[in-house]
Formats: sequence, structure tokens, C-alpha cells
Amino acid sequence: MICEFQKDTKEMYVKFEGEIDHHTCQIMKNELDYEIHRNTPNKLVFDFKNVKFMDSSGIGLLIGRYKSLLRIGADAEIINANKEVKRILDMAGIFKIMLIKEEIA
Amino acid sequence: MIINEMKLEIKSKSNNEAFARVVVAAFASQLDPTIEQIADIKTAVSEAITNCIIHAYDMKEGNIELKCQLTEDSIYIDIIDYGKGIENIEMAKQTLYTSKPDADRSGMGFTIMESFMDKLTVESIVGMGTKIHMEKVIKEAK
Repeated sequence: MICEFQKDTKEMYVKFEGEIDHHTCQIMKNELDYEIHRNTPNKLVFDFKNVKFMDSSGIGLLIGRYKSLLRIGADAEIINANKEVKRILDMAGIFKIMLIKEEIA
Repeated sequence: MIINEMKLEIKSKSNNEAFARVVVAAFASQLDPTIEQIADIKTAVSEAITNCIIHAYDMKEGNIELKCQLTEDSIYIDIIDYGKGIENIEMAKQTLYTSKPDADRSGMGFTIMESFMDKLTVESIVGMGTKIHMEKVIKEAK
């Protein structure tokens, strides 16, 4: 996972890598919370381009972070989710709380 | 008719989640599944194993048994733990219900298992353990 913060726009980019499951989420969760707290972004973009696998732990990860983003008034966006990832996010109704955008390089 | 069978026993450690789903996917590959079917199986297995680790054994050490059988057209998967058991299976299966809302759990595990597989049965005895049985048809009948 790579976190990038753009100081001028206050946008934070989170690029997930590899597999998102309960095991990998435990590590990512702490890092994400630290970065959100440190940067207080006004927008957070979750990039799923390099995600090879995701189970429902990924939903928990997003919903948990969404709660802290709400507290600081930041928006959340999802980009580059493949069909499998989208299906799981859709089942949990994530797209009702986060904007999804297609194909951004 | 069962044409192949395998059994695996693993510790309830979270880094075994990836191991277990890859093993089952590799075993299922004998039936020549599509990429989508493999993704379905991996996700369902991942959910079941995660439940064993988080819920059955509460992140403490325990053993998880994984049994798979192949027929000409389907895979049968049993995932067995000897953990705390489920008091109310119907409630546990409800979409968005979680007994651990503080732990960033979405309550989607059983819903995903049910919708990604063709059959799901849950047997559980409180204090004894839980057995999840899942089936998926990989090849349509000829």
C-alpha cells in the first residue's frame, strides 16, 4: 500500500497493492489511520488498480476509514476497481457512500 | 461420485487465510473452472477461514480443518473448527450483522459465501465448534 498526500489540494491517494484480506487489513488499517490523522485530507482516493484479491475485510477497512473521514469532513472516492472488487463493494452498498470513478491512470 | 479428495489442517493464524484459499483454488483447477469461478471459491474460502480465526478462536490459537472433494462437475468444501461455536446461526448469517462491530468487520461474510457458492450449510454447537459446508458447480451437466 502506498499513501501519497498532495499538500496544495489536500488530496490523499491510497494505492492498494496485492491482496486485501483480514491479515493484510490489520497492517493497512493502522497505517491508514495514522496517515489520515497526520494529513487531515479533504479528499481520500482509494486506488484498487493493483489489487489481485479482496474479501469482505476490504469492506470493513473502507467503512471504518469512512467513519474517520466523516469526522474531518473529507470525501472518499474509489478508482480502478476491477469486476470482482466491484461486485463485493456493491453487495455492501459502498457506492452509496463513496463515489466510484473508472479507469484513471 | 467423488473423483478426488484432499484434507488440510492449519493453525488459526491470519497469514493462513491466503494459503488456504490458494490451496482450494489450486485443487479446484482440476475441473477447469473459469477465472470468475476461481475468484468466487477463493473469496468464499477466505470468508470462512477468517470467521474461524476471528470468531471461533477469537484470535487465539486453534486448529482449522479443510476438506475438499471433487465430483465430475462440482467442488465440495468443508471448513471445520473446534472453537466457541455460533449461538444463533440465523442471526450470524444476516447481511451486515457482526458480533464485532468495533473491529472493522462488515458483517458480509456469510452473505458472500451464500451468493458466491451454490450451497452453504452451517452446523454449530456452542462450545464445541462449527462446520461450514459449501458446494459449487463448476461444469454444467452434459
